[in-house]
Amino acid sequence: MMFAAAILAVLAALILTVVRALKGPTVFDRLLAANSIGTGAILLLALFGFMTGRPEFLDIGLLYALLNVIGTLAVLKFFRYGSLGHGGEEETEA
Amino acid sequence: MVLLSLLAAVTIGIVRLRNLFAIVILSGIYSFLMASVMIVLDAVDVAMTEASVGAGISTVLMLGVLYLTKTEESAPVHSPALPLFVSAVTGAVLIYGTFGLPPFGMADTPVNTHIGPDYLAGSIPQTGIPNVVTSVLASYRGFDTLGETTVIFTAGIGVLLLLKRLRRAEPDK
Repeated sequence: MMFAAAILAVLAALILTVVRALKGPTVFDRLLAANSIGTGAILLLALFGFMTGRPEFLDIGLLYALLNVIGTLAVLKFFRYGSLGHGGEEETEA
Repeated sequence: MVLLSLLAAVTIGIVRLRNLFAIVILSGIYSFLMASVMIVLDAVDVAMTEASVGAGISTVLMLGVLYLTKTEESAPVHSPALPLFVSAVTGAVLIYGTFGLPPFGMADTPVNTHIGPDYLAGSIPQTGIPNVVTSVLASYRGFDTLGETTVIFTAGIGVLLLLKRLRRAEPDK
């Protein structure tokens, strides 16, 4: 019962973040919304796993978290340098 | 239900936006929502693939494509009436096709009675792998998976060779 209530709350949060992602005036609004939606998906996954009695879903939640960070970093890097390969070359030179 | 309407909202947003950079981010969001739908449908491995391929690799690849092209979508040249008609008809046919499907999760459909029980019963004694999906992929259909892996490996080598040639040609300009 408590898990169901929590899932509903996470769904409400997801709706709000999707609204922000669709309306978002700047790219950064959308990016933050995407990151929050990734987090919301992880929470949803964990809550659903516990509600159906299979907490081993948590492993997949960890994978999602890693992917979320990598995706956000890739987008931000593109925005900063204009390409994906630039930062790597800079690191080898420095 | 809520997740599906969120999916629809994100799709409409993708279609309406003209800034390709925002569209890449929105498609990442779409993949995460789709993965959540898969989890609710109890297909955790599919959800994992969707999240890693859709939200991870595709986003990075799309950004790589954006580096080669402009970030603003140009205005459409043709009228959208004919493509809209074609996709509406295709969608209607697909929805009509779902009426012929058995209800989701029904136990006595051909899909669930033909060979699935053999796999479920034989997975542990025959292969010793507790995860049935893994045992089907890696043991029962081992040669199939080997072929797929070969194809993907060859494609990866080809892409690497092409990119290497491109990078070597750049400093000469």
